Amino acid sequence: MRKALLATYLGSAAIFAAGSASANDELIKMSQNPKDWVMPAGDYANTRYSKLNQITAANVGKLQVAWTFSTGVLRGHEGGPLIIGNMMYVHTPFPNKVYAIDLSNENKIVWKYEPKQDPNVIPVMCCDTVNRGLAYGDGKIILHQADTNLVALDAKTGQVAWSSTNGNPAKGETGTSAALVVKDKVLVGISGGEFGVQCHVTAYDLKTGKQAWRAFSEGPDDQIKVDPVKTTALGKPVGADSSLKTWQGDQWKIGGGCTWGWMSYDPALNLVYYGSGNPSTWNPKQRPGDNKWSMTIFARDADTGMAKWVYQMTPHDEWDYDGVNEMILSDQQINGQPRKLLTHFDRNGLGYTLDRESGELLVAEKYDPKVNWTSGVDMDKNSPTYGRPKVLDAASTEKGGEDKNTKGICPAALGTKDEQPAAYSPDTQLFYVPTNHVCMDYEPFKVSYTAGQPYVGATLSMYPPQGETHMGNFIAWDGKTGKIVWSNKEQFSVWSGALATAGGVVFYGTLEGYLKAVDAKSGKELYKFKTPSGIIGNVTTYENGGKQYVAVLSGVGGWAGIGLAAGLTDPTAGLGAVGGYAALSNYTALGGTLTVFSLPSN
Amino acid sequence: MRKICSVIVAIAFAASAGLAQAEGPGDPTAVKKEDDGKWLDKEGTPTYKISADGTVDWFTYSGYRRYHSECHVCHGPDGMGSTYAPALKDSVKSMSYGDFLGVVASGRKNISTAAENVMPAFGDNPNVACYMDDLYVYLRARSNDAVGRVRPPKKEEKTDAYTKAEDSCMGKN
Repeated sequence: MRKALLATYLGSAAIFAAGSASANDELIKMSQNPKDWVMPAGDYANTRYSKLNQITAANVGKLQVAWTFSTGVLRGHEGGPLIIGNMMYVHTPFPNKVYAIDLSNENKIVWKYEPKQDPNVIPVMCCDTVNRGLAYGDGKIILHQADTNLVALDAKTGQVAWSSTNGNPAKGETGTSAALVVKDKVLVGISGGEFGVQCHVTAYDLKTGKQAWRAFSEGPDDQIKVDPVKTTALGKPVGADSSLKTWQGDQWKIGGGCTWGWMSYDPALNLVYYGSGNPSTWNPKQRPGDNKWSMTIFARDADTGMAKWVYQMTPHDEWDYDGVNEMILSDQQINGQPRKLLTHFDRNGLGYTLDRESGELLVAEKYDPKVNWTSGVDMDKNSPTYGRPKVLDAASTEKGGEDKNTKGICPAALGTKDEQPAAYSPDTQLFYVPTNHVCMDYEPFKVSYTAGQPYVGATLSMYPPQGETHMGNFIAWDGKTGKIVWSNKEQFSVWSGALATAGGVVFYGTLEGYLKAVDAKSGKELYKFKTPSGIIGNVTTYENGGKQYVAVLSGVGGWAGIGLAAGLTDPTAGLGAVGGYAALSNYTALGGTLTVFSLPSN
Repeated sequence: MRKICSVIVAIAFAASAGLAQAEGPGDPTAVKKEDDGKWLDKEGTPTYKISADGTVDWFTYSGYRRYHSECHVCHGPDGMGSTYAPALKDSVKSMSYGDFLGVVASGRKNISTAAENVMPAFGDNPNVACYMDDLYVYLRARSNDAVGRVRPPKKEEKTDAYTKAEDSCMGKN
């Protein structure tokens, strides 16, 4: 009954979902309706692709601003809104407001939710008080607050249906990621890698908020939900104590492996996919071993949390190359064979394509030619180092040791790509990837652990690759072969999530604040508009009243705002800030705004 | 460790209580060197010493390193500030040494309708608390443009007295 009322209110037939009792079936159906944008990446496969095609490569040049909305919050605005029927749900960074906006009634605010949170959570959020957005399921809007409270709001009224606490900010545990609703559960990760948190993914019951399962990234087999025989890594059973064996003493208890990225789901295989982050301290000397399963792609059973397969991309991290970036699921042919694929653009600068059913590694190639910490991944199945990246001594901060400054490592700690999600178009079979083009010097040193305090232990400085002045690229990538198809230079890192559309247009935002549209086939720039602030949000599209809209949150901040606000360190300091060393603060200032675009009516 | 920190906090409060308004540290010229390699100005406040050939004192160098581990994730590279937190190279211009120690040890909150700036208390964090003078000296050098936006290329060596004090503060034997 409640559901029927909600549907009437929202004015959307899609919400009925054929009367199904399963939130999963409802969500799959809703995500197939291109008029809506019902989950963070648009669909379970995380493609960020829309079938809407009113806006095309031929007419996108005429795009104009249809309406705007100020969020009333100044901090970095990551993620993007959800659109369900005639309703849009907009989130903000701390204090994590949620606005429900009626698109068919002059964009009126139907309800607003603002939690009361202890501001002491602010300084334990490494790199700004960002939030990556909302989830929807069973008539509820799911908000993951900075203080780790997971809150379910009635989509119709904004009333709290339930609230569960996922972590403890006093220990440095915070919430920045978006949740994913899968079947009757809400899955959510946790942040705090720079505070020595033992991170996990946790599933909560969608109806009640009661915890269903929790799977840590490192620890004993029961805590990490790994079966020594059934869970595989590159086709082989992982064996007993696969994580514990790779840590010295109790270091795993403060081992990081945080889970603040995006999750995807394959309903046919019933597997959820996500990556784990850096093994806490940035001083590799303090944590000998491979530090499993940090820096790892996980495939877990959605019902039980048990891992089906794992793949560690960067064993024993020496550069803060978190493995949290999104896993994009596609079905393509490799060597003439149809394959169920998973493609992932890692912070470490390698673009990976795996078989998402078996975890077999198919492709691992650099998606920025400047990547220089590795000569590549060993692809020989008979080699004892199969699947491992070959680390080059010149870039090894482990080899250099404590108190030694290792210079010229590419990419920098922020990675060739950070959380800003890529898009995949089944039309072109290409991935559209927002990237960073930044290198670093990195000096590790001894650090001591205090609960709730930063646990870093490295000094680093960042700059563009030698001889270059641009700090970002927006590229098209062929995941089957591991090759760059085209690449557009950007002055700053591209820190905005991409959107691919059936209109043959790809959208992304820039740190100066431009919303850009490019041709999906050639990368040619077709349109740009400067929004009120730098864009670190993700571009979304929806249809309302028969018209296609494109929406993006601007509001500079996040790690990009911290690292780039004043410009990067200039190795030739004294000559003045020019080109790549220019400060972002010369181009944009704080302020959260949603800008919505459409084609003119006549 | 905890004892050392509470002493620092007490000193800081005493220092700030006597001040009607924020005041900078004044002339940074180094006049005296202590056994641990720390230079002091004529008021006895820690300061930097940079030789004609660009060699920096150990505290400036150590402060550079500690800043870029503990502080830059909010305050941006080289004390330049970020979208998130103020530029400390400017903050220390209008702040006494005592106030600096007090804020680092106890944190501060500046919450209004326009801003929600919260700095945590680092008094219990040895990675910061044991290096407060290092951080102060580095930022004082940055505030006077005595050190640019670079890693100091040449430095004085760490003294035995410094190493001893550091090990004791960090809880090493």
